[in-house]
Amino acid sequence: MAEITPIRTAAEVALVERFEDLKDKLPGSGEIARGRDEAFALIAAAGLPNRRVEEWKYTDLRSAVREAAPLAERPADAAALVDKGRAFAKVDAVRLSFANGHLVAERSDLAALPAGVTVTPLAAALAEGHPLLAEMGKVAVAKGNFALALNSAFMMDGALIKVAAGTAVDKALHLRFVNGGASPFATAPRIVILVEDGASVTVHESHEGVGTAAYQANSVVEIVAGNGTTITHARLNAEQADAIALSTLAVTLGAEAKLTSLGAVTGGSLSRHQVFLAFAGEHSSLTLGGATMLRGRQHADTTLVVDHAVPHCDSRELFKTVIDGEATGVFQGKIIVRPDAQKTDGRMMSAALLLSETATMNNKPELEIFADDVQCAHGATCGELDDDLLFYLTARGLPRAVAEALLVQAFLGEALELVEDEAVREELVARAEGWLGERT
Amino acid sequence: MLQINNLVVEIEGKRILNGLDLSVKAGEVAAIMGPNGSGKSTLSYVIAGKEEYEVLDGEILVDGENILELEPNERAARGVFLAFQYPLEIPGVSTMTFLKAIMNAQRKAREEAELTTPEFMKRVKAAAQELHIDQEMLRRGLNVGFSGGEKKRMEILQMALLEPRFCILDETDSGLDIDALKIVAEGVNTLRDPARAFLVITHYQRLLNHIVPDTVHVMANGRIVRSGGKELALELEASGYADYREQAA
Amino acid sequence: MPAVQETVERVKAIDVEQYKYGFETTIEMDKAPKGLNEDIVRLISSKKGEPEWMTEWRLEAFRRWQTMREPKWARVNYPPIDYQELYYYAAPKKNPAPKSLDEVDPEILKTYEKLGIPLREQEILAGVEGAGSRVAVDAVFDSVSVVTTFKEELKKAGVIFCSISEAIREYPELVRKYLGSVVPVSDNFFATLNSAVFTDGSFVYIPEGVRCPMELSTYFRINERNTGQFERTLIIADKGSYVSYLEGCTAPARDENQLHAAVVELIALDDAEIKYSTVQNWYPGDAEGKGGVYNFVTKRGDCRGANSKISWTQVETGSAITWKYPSCILRGDNSRGEFYSIAISNGYQQVDSGTKMIHLGKNTTSRIISKGIAAGRSENTYRGLVSAHRKASGARNFTNCDSLLIGDKCGAHTVPYIESKNASAVFEHEATTSKISDDQMFYCLQRGLDEEEAVALIVNGFVKDVLQQLPMEFAVEAQKLISISLEGSVG
Repeated sequence: MAEITPIRTAAEVALVERFEDLKDKLPGSGEIARGRDEAFALIAAAGLPNRRVEEWKYTDLRSAVREAAPLAERPADAAALVDKGRAFAKVDAVRLSFANGHLVAERSDLAALPAGVTVTPLAAALAEGHPLLAEMGKVAVAKGNFALALNSAFMMDGALIKVAAGTAVDKALHLRFVNGGASPFATAPRIVILVEDGASVTVHESHEGVGTAAYQANSVVEIVAGNGTTITHARLNAEQADAIALSTLAVTLGAEAKLTSLGAVTGGSLSRHQVFLAFAGEHSSLTLGGATMLRGRQHADTTLVVDHAVPHCDSRELFKTVIDGEATGVFQGKIIVRPDAQKTDGRMMSAALLLSETATMNNKPELEIFADDVQCAHGATCGELDDDLLFYLTARGLPRAVAEALLVQAFLGEALELVEDEAVREELVARAEGWLGERT
Repeated sequence: MLQINNLVVEIEGKRILNGLDLSVKAGEVAAIMGPNGSGKSTLSYVIAGKEEYEVLDGEILVDGENILELEPNERAARGVFLAFQYPLEIPGVSTMTFLKAIMNAQRKAREEAELTTPEFMKRVKAAAQELHIDQEMLRRGLNVGFSGGEKKRMEILQMALLEPRFCILDETDSGLDIDALKIVAEGVNTLRDPARAFLVITHYQRLLNHIVPDTVHVMANGRIVRSGGKELALELEASGYADYREQAA
Repeated sequence: MPAVQETVERVKAIDVEQYKYGFETTIEMDKAPKGLNEDIVRLISSKKGEPEWMTEWRLEAFRRWQTMREPKWARVNYPPIDYQELYYYAAPKKNPAPKSLDEVDPEILKTYEKLGIPLREQEILAGVEGAGSRVAVDAVFDSVSVVTTFKEELKKAGVIFCSISEAIREYPELVRKYLGSVVPVSDNFFATLNSAVFTDGSFVYIPEGVRCPMELSTYFRINERNTGQFERTLIIADKGSYVSYLEGCTAPARDENQLHAAVVELIALDDAEIKYSTVQNWYPGDAEGKGGVYNFVTKRGDCRGANSKISWTQVETGSAITWKYPSCILRGDNSRGEFYSIAISNGYQQVDSGTKMIHLGKNTTSRIISKGIAAGRSENTYRGLVSAHRKASGARNFTNCDSLLIGDKCGAHTVPYIESKNASAVFEHEATTSKISDDQMFYCLQRGLDEEEAVALIVNGFVKDVLQQLPMEFAVEAQKLISISLEGSVG
């Protein structure tokens, strides 16, 4: 019964070569370089995650990633690329723009930041060893995660954002990621947002593909929220249809803090959005939501780990997935309640609507509970549109397609309503309508 | 029968009862009235022995025995019965099963023989009929899906079957329409007995039209601030509690 | 359910300081040497007087097993098992198998008596015919089937109920056709091991159109030191037939861990129904977590025919470690699978149990009701899979998993996998975790119940939906077990 030696795929071999070639050119030295080595060692040892790795059971990167694309350099026409981005254009916000993962200063409002907000470009921060870098990688349940480790090894740019204590930022921050090029590339942007005690901030994040070549995006946003903070976060994945897009949101939430985060997904041939959230202080609350629309052969994975490590915190998760064509939706959600986290109240729901005969949904909602005085529940449903409702609507004179669209909208609406910012919500609803309009 | 001396009680560091004295004799029906937040429900819970209340001082004597150190079930075995303001639901446990379990538990504690099934059934049927409780309800999970009125009647049914010596009715009238109130009051009135005492806790006077008390005590800020006969209830109905709030503060 | 009161009464009557079934029976054992190799496999096969094809079947499984690795599970921890330190064959020394009760070693009968289990079945064993329901018993003592009652009467109905060894000899065509057809030889590490070394178990065949006239029942018991128990059960319900099968398990208290790796295969053909109920209270280990049975069992039912139905009901209160997922393959159109489970863990027990409902046919339905109760320092995991394949149009599943935690040193986990490849499949899953509320406890105490009575009452209410699925004989015993296994969990 000999140990099985994994055979490296071409992509895995290439990944190792790319890291060896690049590691001395990536920003940062000393501690930072060591951090990259450590992160990459995880990847070198385990290879690309595959279906035998429990956390990646339904999203097999080893078979999906055929080759390791080279890390994107800063595009020469970065500003022009950013200008092709359309997402959240009507939303009043302070913008930080990224072209293929690189911060584009000329399309970022670095000089017009709201009071109390400071932004340091990550490449510069890495080079100088900025003290805020110490805030990275704090979420225990995210440790060892492939996408996070890959980003930590290759991160080349991004931003360190600090919201000073007690600041109520009056304008939303829009992190605008625009990806595009003529040949395949990979990105690894990293954003760290430190929200000091008593501060509140709204962050919108958009990811769009505007080029012709398939790319591999892997963004990480880390939020370190102090006590008494309020954070509102919305995220749009409108990546290119042939892109592989990994994204991670890792959050540490202090006491009496409140976070709402909603993600909408329409893009990518394969996408995986991960949320790792650790409650670090009592009496905090979390609301996570998601609206995913898939068609063709798209594959979208939403994976959450909510870590109730302290008592008296609430979490609510509501995820909606609509699947058409031969697409596959994945929802994995895990609520952990640690031994001391008494009075935890956690509720998670994942609902999927399969619009075609060939659609697939995989749901894995988990509860892992070590404290007795808690209320936790999860639910998962999947099915097709309600025949009775469709009949009712068509009997009232609506054409079937319109009736279907109406029901799908209502289904997604429940999640989209969680978006507090009206302009963002309107855009997401409009995108959902647009997606439905493209159904044939 | 019941003697409470200088009872001081806190919950989570907040003082609720503040040196309360009260005496109820056998055969007496005593009413406690008072504004919201005066500590009426706390008093009922402390007598019954709910855990989270911290008794800092004083004593509660039932027939001369201080019951403060006893577990709730030991107090129940000594005849203390609390009709809850919000009776609890126990899914999956049929009312019948529950009734049998509690009757026999108390008999066991008093070293009495357990009831035979026919005897048990006979008693339950008789008591249920008295309170207009449908047999079908007895087969359902305890209080699960019962209306407010049904739950209150179920409390009185338990009271009738357990034959306690000291009964506390905590806001038994809340959520009842007039017909349900009459049934409940009738149930209580038939249980009035020279050997049994009642403590009727209520915010409104209307229950006392149906269960006529011997004495009325007014509670404010964790203390009995005034005592009198049944006419005191009528007086309160007319004047309200405003005076007492000030007086206690 | 008036039996709750009975539960309370019985708890009083039982000395719970010690595991009730923790005694050893001193009877002569016929034991093969320790360890496992091809010769041992051959020895087992020849001891059972098996035909050549069966020996080969076993050897093939053994060779396969040697290439396999023992699985490692996320939340189950135990010291490695040395498979060469186990005895793979232990039979009470009494050959040939007894023909009637009179021939049964009185020690064995005494053991059954001590097990205190089903009074009715004791009567049956003693030849008393009760007016109520009747149960035919196949008793497996360590690994050998000792006695099968009511065989003759069953035979009249055409029902075959015998030990698997006997079936291999007497009904080779049926065994060859169905053995390993639901749980393939190479299915998993423990099933493969079982295929190589199984020593006994039960065989049931219900012919077409026959409703089995009585409940069939097997009692398993591990007695000998260091023995693994590898029983094999095969139940075939032919077209339009019905059978209800009960399985009860106990093991004596021992310091060392005993391995139990059974395989149960159920096959339901067109319009047939199999109801399989288990009450398992293998020795769970002592208060420090020492000893106890490792229960690594593969149970699977195949709804092979249209409109067939397989229903699993289990009450799991024993074993140090339980790893068990009674499953249904819903192959026939309109077939139905059910899984009702109560899993209680206390002390240092580790339970990882659940089910798999594999929807393959059209309009197949399944229902899962799981009630997990964790107390002490135990870990209790529900792990389940519901999947609809491309062609499973109209598949329906409803799953409800509730966990109850008693005390703050235990863990309750829910890990469902829900996979749908068919738009018209409708799956609903809900799970909750909670504790017995302080208010509920206070309410019961105020009415005069003590803490343990109150917990037993509330827990029995919590599991009621599942208890109702059990045949009467088992329901009463199960309630008793629930109360016993939660002893000492409060306060």
